[in-house]
Amino acid sequence: MTTTIERGRPGVRPVKAAPPGRRPGRIRRIGLPYLLLLPALVLELLVHLVPMVIGIVMSFKELTQFYIRDWGTAPWAGLDNYKLSVDFNAPVGEALLDSFLVTVAFTLLSVGLCWLIGTAAAIFMQDTFRGRGLLRALFLVPYALPVYAAVITWVFMFQHDNGLVNHVLHDQLGITDKPSFWLIGDNSFWALLTVSVWKGWPFAFLIVMAGLQNIPRELYEAAALDGAGIWQQIRRITLPSLSPVNQVLVLVLFLWTFNDFNTPYVLFGKAAPEAADLISVHIYQASFVTWNFGAGSAMSVLLLLFLLAVTGVYLALTSRGRRPADA
Amino acid sequence: MRTIRAAAAGAVVMSLALAATACGGGSSTDGEGSNDSPKTLTYWASNQGASIEIDKKVLQPELDKFEKQTGIKVKLEVVPWSDLLNRILTATTSGQGPDVLNIGNTWSASLQATGALLPWDDANFAKIGGKDRFVASALGSTGAEGKDPAAVPLYSMAYALYYNKEIFADAGITKPPATWDELVADGKKIQAKGKQVLGAEGANVSENVHHVFTFAKQHGADFFTADGKPDFTSDGAVAAVKQYVDLMAKDKAIPVGNAEYAQNQSVSDFAKGKTAMLLWQSASANLKSQGMSEDAYGIAPVPVQSGAPGTGKQVNSMVAGINISVFKNSDNLDGATKFVKFMTSDEEQKILNTAYSSIPPVAAAQTDAAFNSPATAVLKDTLAKSAAALPQVADESQFETAVGTAVKELFADAAAGRAVTTASVKARLEKAQQQMPAA
Repeated sequence: MTTTIERGRPGVRPVKAAPPGRRPGRIRRIGLPYLLLLPALVLELLVHLVPMVIGIVMSFKELTQFYIRDWGTAPWAGLDNYKLSVDFNAPVGEALLDSFLVTVAFTLLSVGLCWLIGTAAAIFMQDTFRGRGLLRALFLVPYALPVYAAVITWVFMFQHDNGLVNHVLHDQLGITDKPSFWLIGDNSFWALLTVSVWKGWPFAFLIVMAGLQNIPRELYEAAALDGAGIWQQIRRITLPSLSPVNQVLVLVLFLWTFNDFNTPYVLFGKAAPEAADLISVHIYQASFVTWNFGAGSAMSVLLLLFLLAVTGVYLALTSRGRRPADA
Repeated sequence: MRTIRAAAAGAVVMSLALAATACGGGSSTDGEGSNDSPKTLTYWASNQGASIEIDKKVLQPELDKFEKQTGIKVKLEVVPWSDLLNRILTATTSGQGPDVLNIGNTWSASLQATGALLPWDDANFAKIGGKDRFVASALGSTGAEGKDPAAVPLYSMAYALYYNKEIFADAGITKPPATWDELVADGKKIQAKGKQVLGAEGANVSENVHHVFTFAKQHGADFFTADGKPDFTSDGAVAAVKQYVDLMAKDKAIPVGNAEYAQNQSVSDFAKGKTAMLLWQSASANLKSQGMSEDAYGIAPVPVQSGAPGTGKQVNSMVAGINISVFKNSDNLDGATKFVKFMTSDEEQKILNTAYSSIPPVAAAQTDAAFNSPATAVLKDTLAKSAAALPQVADESQFETAVGTAVKELFADAAAGRAVTTASVKARLEKAQQQMPAA
């Protein structure tokens, strides 16, 4: 905005190219980009900023079922909701901390595995071979399926009595000595992780595959001439070249996985087992099931701050030393 | 240039219009209702039948009848149970709800506290024929005591013990168990014949609460003190929850697989003849739709600790059912009241409750021959004599979640072979209580 004002102010900065008597046209030309940006700005304001501000205001209110009809009238709670959320010696804070730790462990494992499988598959698919197109399409199926339908299928497979997972692990392979529970109790963590990785890796595959297209073939040819084996090529050429792509990929996967609500909700319903109590479902429970919208908002704000901090540190670390042209 | 300018102007107008509509939404939030649009009503019906399609088939002809009588067109939406409470909450917040809606009767006091529902004072009740038309137990779950009800009873239900006659005969059992000890003893005979004993929905939070509530009554305990404070850890409450979970953990009557059931799988197991007994409310229509013929099973009162069902410690069911409510800010208050009158009329009560195999909460309709079969007689009797309403407190909805989840976790413990002890039960309940909002 400041630029517009400065340029518009007469005499401050002489503009060489401006032919006399064409001022209105110039203003229009300079104003136009902002005018075109306006719808986006307004929408951004409506879709993101306003709800966010409302959410922050709510987090300072004592917002329960008594006030949701007209939440403006809810009494101010000061920092009570925040104190409640971070008091790790009291049940609400303790449960939030547990849920946070579960989510961190889950996210690290899920993102790591998604990246690993996606990258391996993309590198494997780099060479042309018969049936590559079909295989590539098959790989993308989990990514293309509606989340609900896919996860519900997993629910059936994880059933204790008639599920495919127990049938294979117990009846056919005899790995477990009795059928296990996957949707309740401690194993639910592994069930959730399985579905999450199954659902997430095709995205990593897609992005890495796109990144691979940008690596010049000559690099490999030259390396091969110099006697580099396949592992050396991956380590010295592929991975370093993919680094900018990976930086974005890992960040996006991290944010998606950390905030994933659909998978645990469809898998476990509104009361998730403690071992798989992801923070998004936990906050949903605090707000919409316990009807304590104030505390739920406070937890959301804390989560937002955490994710902002992580993202900030991550971006600072990964962009350090990069030339501006890359950014 | 001209086109770009036009496009830009268009974009600005668009965004301004968007902003205006976004701010203008929810205009009736503070409105206290009116009769501005007397010709239409929106009705959210809870999913009662085996599917939403079946519900539409049941309800649409009745709504057409209502339109013929009054000229008011009712727009129907059948809402699945899992979404209903959230939808109501959202509508409450935005003020953009239906005119008339169904609520689970246990939520009455919680939703009453939001102030979004029309209070049914004497004047409003007079418009639908008076309070006396309704059965007392059903009126007991329409809102907090001492306040005007937030809802009117629509369908009543009670829990009963459904038992498979053939499995019982094979196991040499001549009559359904009247006490829990008898049930466990019968269970041993049934297991000897290779069948499952009792079905349960261990991961269904609400279902869990209904059962432990009944057990608590039988132990002389409540989950709330007289002045409405949560009291989940009294000796009676702990014993009640333990006894229910012990049906799986200790008595092995409930199969471990049921610990993860939450989608009515236990009804399917029963309909398929895998399980000998089921504690359920109004299961007949559901069993029929799954191909189980009506003479294949019997219906008996839910067992008690000793003796016969009755009041106090002999309570053997919650007062289950659906209420009908009106959103206070409706633009067709008179029409909404007329619709409630129509739905609770003797005639409609017979039709609807027959379709849903529930019991009419309207006394006159209850006497109809359709509700005098042996099956419905048990339910009717239970509702009249030995059912108690869940606590009518503003925190009821939270209580359902907190205690229901605790029981779900205990079932998970039992299924994994972990010990369920008085101490572990108490610890879970304590945690549940501490998660309740501070009063």
